[in-house]
Amino acid sequence: MKYGRAILLGAMALAMLHQVFPEGGLTVPGTVTAGSAFSIQSSGSGGATLYITGMGHFLKRDVQLGQSTLFPAGSIYNAGHYLVVLTGTGATVSSAFDVVPASEPENLSFLARPSRLPVDLHNGITGALYVFDAYKNLITVPKPVLFQLSNPAGATEARTVMTRDGAAWTQMDSTSQQGMDKFVARVDDGISSTRIVGQIPGDPCGLKMAARESGGKIQLQTDPVRDCSGNAVPDGTIVTFTESDKGAQSTVDVPIKRGVAEAELPAHSGATISVASGVVLGNQIRWAR
Amino acid sequence: MGKVTRLKSILTFCALFSASAGFGAAQIAVRIEKTDLHCPRHLDDQTATGAIHDYLESWKSLNSAFDQNRTDLLDADFVGAAKEKFARTIQQQAADGARTRYLDRAHDIQIVFYSPEGLSIELTDTVEYDTQLLDHDKPLSGQRVHSRYIVVLTPSETRWKVRVLQAIPE
Repeated sequence: MKYGRAILLGAMALAMLHQVFPEGGLTVPGTVTAGSAFSIQSSGSGGATLYITGMGHFLKRDVQLGQSTLFPAGSIYNAGHYLVVLTGTGATVSSAFDVVPASEPENLSFLARPSRLPVDLHNGITGALYVFDAYKNLITVPKPVLFQLSNPAGATEARTVMTRDGAAWTQMDSTSQQGMDKFVARVDDGISSTRIVGQIPGDPCGLKMAARESGGKIQLQTDPVRDCSGNAVPDGTIVTFTESDKGAQSTVDVPIKRGVAEAELPAHSGATISVASGVVLGNQIRWAR
Repeated sequence: MGKVTRLKSILTFCALFSASAGFGAAQIAVRIEKTDLHCPRHLDDQTATGAIHDYLESWKSLNSAFDQNRTDLLDADFVGAAKEKFARTIQQQAADGARTRYLDRAHDIQIVFYSPEGLSIELTDTVEYDTQLLDHDKPLSGQRVHSRYIVVLTPSETRWKVRVLQAIPE
């Protein structure tokens, strides 16, 4: 009974081996991890030539049939499908195996866009990541990726995404503070890649000017021009002052200097003066002197 | 991941493909499935068609480059790691006086990812191809292979180029 069971188990093991290695003359591994050592066993006797061919490698070795041929670590490191062909004095036999990426991520391809954008923009920043092993094989086994956006004040937005077919992506809101933000993608709590995203002030918010008379002219000056988050709108941003009087219109475009915009317009009693920057309208003043 | 929905009817078409002498001319069956990409960027049909067209063209270049041992034939369709790896393999086989042929017979393509900034498209492709190994012009082995590939394409000046072409066990 005991022996019968052992024979049955042995027969099953042989049958499994036969399934994995259908070509009788060659015993090849089912899969090999990229860069690791492996061996190929042939049967028979005499000399033969062994080929391993795939898109990632080509190897040709003179081998002794009936012996195991060892391929040391680093022999095959590009993931892919490989055919093994053995030619000798008899028939040519062939088999195949797969080389799979190493499980440890070593290279990241991280693209963050845009490199500069206004503050407070919902889903304004995107990041796309591909995860590779040390041999630049795409790791297709799902891996957790932590995307983290932090501004100079320390505020952080974070999101964890699993890779799918080696890729992961996210969208982030730009923060409310201008400056250079760090956008980090970290895989498996290990390797990371950082991109810098510049956040610039948004459009002016609550644009307001004041007017006073000076030597028969109207002197116009805005309050410090800021965006809706309180960031100073950069010097050089154009502010437009417009004076409308009895159907006539005068317009002056001036850049912001030291945080404010200033202009001088003719003083016409009854004229209406408005201020704008881009599509943002400020207050209006009616000159009545 | 998101539910896979078919946005486009399955498209099957055949293209006449003239292969090198001795290994036969063949018709290539191509099946394309566009799924819910789970990505904020819309992939319009024209972009998808262009990318897949360029990808299918890359198999012709691949075959020619490996068959003629000419790395320069990779330039038009491959870039980055894929180009470097294939060029190195071609140099290895050329040094040993060998050549290989990769003649694709059927593709079952699924577009799986379009990056948010539009700078990469990822496909999976279950490919059926014939491969043949020749040593000093003597055919040694010919086989039909059925394998699943993962492909990353990136745009160049005029076309999509293959950056990753990697077989993955099914």
